[in-house]
Amino acid sequence: MKLFSDAGLPATYVALPFADWRTRSDWPAVALANTDPVEELAAHVDRLRLVVLHFPKFSDGRAYSQARLLRGRLGYRGELRATGGVLQDQVAFMLRCGFDSFESDQAGFGEALARARTVFSVVYQPAEDGRAPVSLLRHERRNAALT
Amino acid sequence: MPDAHFYRYDDYDRTLVGERVEQFRDQVRRRLAGELTEEQFKPLRLHNGLYLQLHAYMLRIAIPYGTLSSRQLRKLADISRKYDRGYGHFTTRQNLQLNWIRLEDAPDALAALAEVDMHALQTSGNCIRNVTADHFAGAAADEIEDPRIWAEIVRQWSTLHPEFTYLPRKFKIAITGSPNDRAAVRVHDIGLRLWRNDEGEVGFEVIVGGGLGRTPMIGKTLRAFLPRNELLAYLEATLRVYNRYGRRDNLYKARIKILVHEVGVERMRADVEAEYAGTRDGLLGLSSETIEAIAHQFAPPDLPSRPAVVGAVEALKLGDRDFALWLKSNVASHRASGYAIVTASLKPAGAPPGDASAVQMEGVADIADTYSQGELRVSHEQNLILPHVAVEDLPAVYAALGRLGFAEANVGKITDIIACPGLDYCALANARSIPVAQRISSHFASLARQHDIGDLKIKISGCINACGHHHVGHIGILGVDRNGVELYQISLGGDVDFGRTALGTIIGPAVTADKVVEAVDAVVATYLDVRNDGERFVDTYRRIGAQPFKERLYETV
Repeated sequence: MKLFSDAGLPATYVALPFADWRTRSDWPAVALANTDPVEELAAHVDRLRLVVLHFPKFSDGRAYSQARLLRGRLGYRGELRATGGVLQDQVAFMLRCGFDSFESDQAGFGEALARARTVFSVVYQPAEDGRAPVSLLRHERRNAALT
Repeated sequence: MPDAHFYRYDDYDRTLVGERVEQFRDQVRRRLAGELTEEQFKPLRLHNGLYLQLHAYMLRIAIPYGTLSSRQLRKLADISRKYDRGYGHFTTRQNLQLNWIRLEDAPDALAALAEVDMHALQTSGNCIRNVTADHFAGAAADEIEDPRIWAEIVRQWSTLHPEFTYLPRKFKIAITGSPNDRAAVRVHDIGLRLWRNDEGEVGFEVIVGGGLGRTPMIGKTLRAFLPRNELLAYLEATLRVYNRYGRRDNLYKARIKILVHEVGVERMRADVEAEYAGTRDGLLGLSSETIEAIAHQFAPPDLPSRPAVVGAVEALKLGDRDFALWLKSNVASHRASGYAIVTASLKPAGAPPGDASAVQMEGVADIADTYSQGELRVSHEQNLILPHVAVEDLPAVYAALGRLGFAEANVGKITDIIACPGLDYCALANARSIPVAQRISSHFASLARQHDIGDLKIKISGCINACGHHHVGHIGILGVDRNGVELYQISLGGDVDFGRTALGTIIGPAVTADKVVEAVDAVVATYLDVRNDGERFVDTYRRIGAQPFKERLYETV
């Protein structure tokens, strides 16, 4: 598997499976199944450097919610890596949900990742990528028109 | 042409839809070049409305909350002519389906749609589907608030939602702003009903876990009263609970209704409220300014004052019996005096329900321009609506619709049948639906007889996925396959009206295709024999139960 990452940790950085990590939660890297409760990482997010979330199939979207909870609710700021069914046609959604590193074997994935932030120049929802949703842009535009 | 009195795209909306078309163009190119497998491509095409049927690709175009302008309808006619066989099929979810699209042409068809601010986004696939609303919205006399304001807010929020594009299964939301629910909110994954509480505030009843399909269920109240500005945060919490905990091990148990059924609505409510506690203060809260900016676009048209009672209309009513019947069944009260809401019936006797040719679409668009402020609605009962017609113009509209074959005085009657595409088109179907509907509607063609029978809804599905909503038909007909023979199960007593929503009960063994008309006839004859004065079919059924119908039916067939 090839690693595509803006976050900097090497592919060899060892993430413990969630069950093992629970027994030694001082370890800075954990890999969750998409049924594992992300809420349990709450007390550790400042110490964690890598969280790996898994897509057993590209069409199984549970890890999107885990990612948003980790970023938005728990305030996790370390590397968030997607593994499993990671394909170029979903990567824009993954970026929006807060992933910043990807394992993928798909041909052309790197090029698609480079383009993924600009395939859509507007977004309708607030998510975890800090992009201003259209509602906010409209609000600013209305205010600008008033002043 | 008058300006549309509903949401108009701004440059943001246009940019997004345009970029989506180009993204899909690239995906189609990669599929045709063999860079994408069918498994990888399937959800991508479904999210763009492209569905593979029995004989060809089908493009399912969204008509959000059922509202469209005459200009948009003309474009749909144009697209059906250019990329299909010159006709389209209006569905039970306020979509238009084109049945003979070539994959290579799909991106161009979508680009043509985008020219009139339309799309086919999320009309298929395991995502939040096209949001539906009351087809009389913005015109109905009984409306508390225009549900389309909220449907548009939900449309934007749900479009390319990064978290909810790979849900366990499809997710359908319907909204009504009237106490008389015309949007079937109790049989959707989420139904939203606007109502006014004792303090005079308007909010939503949030209903969850309804649906038809192979496990029909009536939705349950998740939140009795939700302040309007909290809508998106609450929906996001609900969808997140579903995305995380909805079943993915079995396609047939993956809808939210199964999750609600298995954990119970109390537990579901507790989970959603806990999740909501974390999302409610975020950016999803709707400012009154944001709501107002969208509501403003749905401001009703400035209708010039027209007389409420017109001598010529009264005279025609006395002189033309069919016109009088049409006024009774196809014309509804408008909130403005001197105006009416007209339903153009896409169910002429013997025709496939919900079909319209390009010529007919253009004809209705012309009528809308001349007589209805250039506006139209599509109903989940597969008819077209002219929402703002002056009473004075009713004779002219009746005549013009008649020339198109859309003036049948049968709305709500026995021939206003809902039917799925069935085995004539659909790869999932076990039996044909359209020919059955055609036979029934030919048999009951007499308008006088239909009006004597009164309100009676027949709904036909060609398989247990229930796209024809047979569970909630007063008479429901379900096609099944028994060893290669198409048989039809008859159920009675279904209803979608708010407060009376009920699932029909199968009354006995399935009948063969050639006996369906006789079976329906026997049911109707039983009703006519025993009904009380003014009693609707479904009320008679509730009063006397299935037995008398059953006896007569199985003596006959």
